[in-house]
Amino acid sequence: MLNYTIRRLLLAIPTLLFIALVIFLLLELAPGDPMANVPLTVPPEVKEKMRIALGLDQPTHVRFLRWLQQFFWVEPLHMLDTLFGTSWAEGQQRIISWQSRSPVMDIVWQRMPQTLWVVGLSYVLGALIAVPVGVISAYRQYSFIDQLGTFISMIGFSVPTFFTGVLMIVIFSVHLGWFPSIYDTTLVVNDWESFTKQIRQMIMPVSVLALYNAAQISRFMRASMLDNLNQDYVRTARAKGLREKTVVLVHVLRNSMIPVVTVIALGVPQVFGGAIITEQVFKVNGLGQLLITAIQANDLPMVQTLTFIFAILIVVFNLIADLLYGVLDPRIRYD
Amino acid sequence: MTDHSADPGFEEAARPPRSQWRDVWDQFKTHKGALLGAGFFLFVVVAVMIGPWLWPIPYDAIDIRARNQGPSLAHPFGTDQLGRDMLARMLKGGQTSVAVGIAAMALSLFFGTLVGVLAGYFKRLDGPLMRFTDLFLALPLLPLLLVIIMLFRDPLRAAFGPETGIFILIVFVIGITSWMQTARIVRGDVLALKEREFVLAARSIGTPDRRMITRHLLPNVLSPIMVSATLGIANAIITESALSFLGLGFPSDFPTWGRLLFDATDYLQQYPERVIWPGLAISLTVLAVNYIGDGLRDALDPRIRGR
Repeated sequence: MLNYTIRRLLLAIPTLLFIALVIFLLLELAPGDPMANVPLTVPPEVKEKMRIALGLDQPTHVRFLRWLQQFFWVEPLHMLDTLFGTSWAEGQQRIISWQSRSPVMDIVWQRMPQTLWVVGLSYVLGALIAVPVGVISAYRQYSFIDQLGTFISMIGFSVPTFFTGVLMIVIFSVHLGWFPSIYDTTLVVNDWESFTKQIRQMIMPVSVLALYNAAQISRFMRASMLDNLNQDYVRTARAKGLREKTVVLVHVLRNSMIPVVTVIALGVPQVFGGAIITEQVFKVNGLGQLLITAIQANDLPMVQTLTFIFAILIVVFNLIADLLYGVLDPRIRYD
Repeated sequence: MTDHSADPGFEEAARPPRSQWRDVWDQFKTHKGALLGAGFFLFVVVAVMIGPWLWPIPYDAIDIRARNQGPSLAHPFGTDQLGRDMLARMLKGGQTSVAVGIAAMALSLFFGTLVGVLAGYFKRLDGPLMRFTDLFLALPLLPLLLVIIMLFRDPLRAAFGPETGIFILIVFVIGITSWMQTARIVRGDVLALKEREFVLAARSIGTPDRRMITRHLLPNVLSPIMVSATLGIANAIITESALSFLGLGFPSDFPTWGRLLFDATDYLQQYPERVIWPGLAISLTVLAVNYIGDGLRDALDPRIRGR
């Protein structure tokens, strides 16, 4: 297991480097000019100096290596500095956003909590809804509840989140006026009133994403339960006189959770990607919104860094899913 | 592929042989949701194909005096902020959305089947092609889609004109980012098929690789390909509308369902009903296609068929 983990981690390094290179080369083709926002009154020789200060006069491979060095060396050092008050990263160039001229990672850290709260909560909620729905659907296959569950989950992954989101805004904000349609990120939760306000503004984005996630996961849960319900060990458990509740909730559920847990792990990065749209609908200024504005403003360092962070998430969660499978299922041994 | 040799009983032999596709259709018919979905999808395709010719108002006719109207006899879906007829725009938009869905699906099926068959059939190519597939699976697709569209929108628009350029770009981009699942499924099936006796028999009479693939392997992996085709259409329609919704799809004077939904959200407070039509069209079409996929999966599975 340890061997396998180490091998996979080592394999992840070239994968990530290659992805970074692909993203970098793609952005290299971008027609945008980082000096486009600089006023026209600035003389060209000053612009040229600014360009050199940003390191843009260097050839492509030098800039790529510099970006790698900044992302993997300077930024972690800076993080340690802020944590422990050391000064290792002092004087070293960090990744600078072309839009705001401030370090990219600082903005990312500012935006992270909003995304994590909305996306993370909705994913947890989705999984919590999906598991019982899947269990009941499978246990009472082709019953009314199963048909209903199937139909709702079909709707859940057929109706795009940008429509459910807009629909919820129309119903609950415009007509009923229950919830605010715009997510207020400056809200500080310090007493009961602001807490309820925070809950109220989170209900809509969270429930939209939760419905979507629950639809996906409950299908897997149902299929996995169905696979297990006909197994011999279930008959054995019933034959030895265990109560039905024990058979289903202890024996079958635990075995059916194995593939579902890995599916949940694999879905985490996709959820971050999907949240780009939901954040846009509800005007949550999280990571997804940051990416969209960076793309529109031609802020290449920001786009590069954010896309790469998404890639890291995917690679890491793929690894986690594979390892979980090995841990949970004793039949699978990686060595 | 026919079933009449399975039981040599007299009754069986007396019955005329049935083709596989007839069996599939019989099983498909029993799935109510799938039948309904197929009917609806056919209706949508026909409506958006011939609708713009039948409906007298062109989609870009501006009638500023009749702007922001609710549903009426002259404008069944109402009009938008420039007085353009929403029904005409919905039909025109559907044409683009459905065309993007089908074209992108075809492209991704082509890539996926090609990679899957090559990787499954030729042992030498298996390793590199599957690493390549894994690499694509590790790419953050939605951010990359957005980046690619931002980068190549202007050159392609200059080369092919605003509408065709964006169409080619979006179809291409969706196609090359959604072939991986098909490739994996096809590879797995081809690997299993290669061990079967009929492949050995075909090889022993000296069938060349090319004919082996087109004659023996492809017809046998057709069912998973068809199922991923339906899922591919649904996925492509959703992705296209998501891109349009983020403002990075088709230009605003060129309607698609996603674009109409995006434009309508600006007037959400005043005219909330305007977001309903495009949203409903996207959702129902995708729902229908998903149900078709569900029914097709059951119908093409010989273990379920005939029960």
